[in-house]
Amino acid sequence: MTDSGSTQPESANIRPPSPPKLLVWLRRNLFNSWPNSVLTLLAVGSIYFVGRAVLEWAFFTADWRPVTNNPMLYLVGQYPRDQIWRVGASLLLVSFLTGMSWGEWRGIMRTFAMLLAGGLAVLGIIPAGGQMGSLAVHVFFLINVPVIFLGFLLGSRKFVTGSWVLGGWLFSFLVIPFLLRGIGDGTVLPTVETSLWGGLLVTLILAVGGILLSFPLGVLLALGRRSSLPVIKIFCVMFIEGIRGVPLVTILFMSSIILALFLPPDLRIDRLVRALIGMTIFSAAYTAENVRGGLQAVPAGQIEAAKAVGLNNFQTTLLVVLPQALRAVIPAIVGQFISLFKDTTLAIIVAINELLNIGKSILQSDVEFLQLQLEVYVFIAAVFWVLCYLMSFASRRLETALGIGER
Amino acid sequence: MSDPIIICRDVEKWFDDFQALKGIDMEVHKGEVIVIFGPSGSGKSTFIRTINRIEVHQRGQIIVDGMELTHDVRNIAAIRSEIGMVFQLFNLFPHLSVLQNITLAPIWVRKWSKAEAEEIAQQLLERVGIPEQADKFPGQLSGGQQQRVAIARALAMQPKIMLFDEPTSALDPEMIKEVLDVMIELAQSGMTMIVITHEMGFARAVADRMFFFDEGLIVESGTPDDIFNNPQEDRTKLFLSQILTHD
Ligand SMILES: Nc1ncnc2c1ncn2[C@@H]1O[C@H](COP(=O)(O)OP(=O)(O)OP(=O)(O)O)[C@@H](O)[C@H]1O
Ligand SMILES: [Mg+2]
Repeated sequence: MTDSGSTQPESANIRPPSPPKLLVWLRRNLFNSWPNSVLTLLAVGSIYFVGRAVLEWAFFTADWRPVTNNPMLYLVGQYPRDQIWRVGASLLLVSFLTGMSWGEWRGIMRTFAMLLAGGLAVLGIIPAGGQMGSLAVHVFFLINVPVIFLGFLLGSRKFVTGSWVLGGWLFSFLVIPFLLRGIGDGTVLPTVETSLWGGLLVTLILAVGGILLSFPLGVLLALGRRSSLPVIKIFCVMFIEGIRGVPLVTILFMSSIILALFLPPDLRIDRLVRALIGMTIFSAAYTAENVRGGLQAVPAGQIEAAKAVGLNNFQTTLLVVLPQALRAVIPAIVGQFISLFKDTTLAIIVAINELLNIGKSILQSDVEFLQLQLEVYVFIAAVFWVLCYLMSFASRRLETALGIGER
Repeated sequence: MSDPIIICRDVEKWFDDFQALKGIDMEVHKGEVIVIFGPSGSGKSTFIRTINRIEVHQRGQIIVDGMELTHDVRNIAAIRSEIGMVFQLFNLFPHLSVLQNITLAPIWVRKWSKAEAEEIAQQLLERVGIPEQADKFPGQLSGGQQQRVAIARALAMQPKIMLFDEPTSALDPEMIKEVLDVMIELAQSGMTMIVITHEMGFARAVADRMFFFDEGLIVESGTPDDIFNNPQEDRTKLFLSQILTHD
């Protein structure tokens, strides 16, 4: 085998000059037979006509005023404009931590940080109407970019460890809800009722909150389902199968109405929180089923080896079984989270002002806009598409990154 | 001789209706090397797995280093950290590097610092002859290298006893020797070992006593000299003739 390796360059030298690469590629892949050539031409033709029609519509026919007049509505809904710095501060915190994660872990975090910096820079540069057009808002978005790099510099420092960054994220997830809603009776920070929150802010709260809460819950349910204690096992099976048998819309209704019926009247749970609970338990049941598949894929020999070196049951699960099980089901879990993200639009039926609902109310806010449904829905679809695509892109990167240790 | 470090009295084990062990008696002294051999399904694996309680016996007594194996969790934990085990299929943790495989239990069970555990792990990798593989993952190593990592992983807990369940039978012939050499060195260093193997050269070289298992019972036991040159039971003779011509 070393032989052929050493002679190859020589034989390559005496080869006749090859035709241009592009032509070869085209002939091999697109025009290698008559039927294939016809299909290629048909496909190219339809892409051309559809693409041209879409672009013509987007640039000449479409009236984007419902989107461009007041983009701030799509971002935060009716969040009081004099308090909006609180949303901004939360975003700054997230930017900073994303930068720190990039500095600490590199790899996929770099991609995330770049995308966030790029997205915010675009928001900072493109002209926009309404409150989004103000200089302060532009400057604010642009400031996030150096903040990300600041976080990166700090995260790259030797003395900053992963647990700092994780602690920072945990801290921010605990603090941001209070920052946005207000503390106590509103003397320190004025209360902003969640009914005023809206748009992408609420969509992200439902999605990120749902993912962060449903993941550990789902893992616990999956483990509980394999428990040797019958009570725990039966509870988990009933929970998982019960939730999976019911549509999300029903669960959202139940969590928003029935939850209130069962709880004492003075313990009123916020509407957004109720929707979040509904999303979380729904997603947790599916996550549990995915994780269960991964748990079954871990060979019994792994558990025996862990026990033989002296790990107890808890350590065996945490250090040996779960890492292997989760790694095996990352694609399935990310797929599950992408659908959770899209399903946040269903919160519309319990009167949550997420992105789609905001679009609807903007359409109804002005008689002129009534004709412009297509524009608004295309815009919202594009936002969802970009974010979902980023998630699946990240998941593929994560899979390759974790692929190193595979057997 | 000192008190035995492992005492098994009349150990019986069922899998549902099937009796895999039908009354095993064995005493092992400190520093002894025991070889167990016998046909497939005779209960060899089941027996050594009851010693660190990966399998639970239903009757009889097993006492390791003065502690009886019962349902008492503290005893089980203490006994497991005194016994190292090496498996036929290595059972390394595929998601951890070689170094992490070795340091996992010392850090989490013995509560050593990471630096301390890594230093000892590195010494063990030297001892099994692969110091340069510390940062690789198990999937990147040959079978022989993986099994040597598995031995290092077991030794990292500084066990008093090592159990080996057919450590070379999943290996390509050219890798068997590198693993056996490590085991011979270990035996000569005074480790108490129970080894299931059909590598009769290994048994001749280092075994103090050999046990022939068949159908859940010890059919015959003795020194390698007794077993190879003067076997008493017909079943032992038959089995030995089969595996020795096989070599
Ligand atoms: N988990 C189990 N459930 C049911 N039966 C089992 C189980 N483990 C082992 N057995 C049975 O117990 C008997 C003894 O098995 P064991 O693995 O101890 O044999 P062995 O002597 O190690 O054989 P081998 O040389 O094939 O490894 C076999 O008949 C086997 O089928
Ligand atoms: Mg066996």
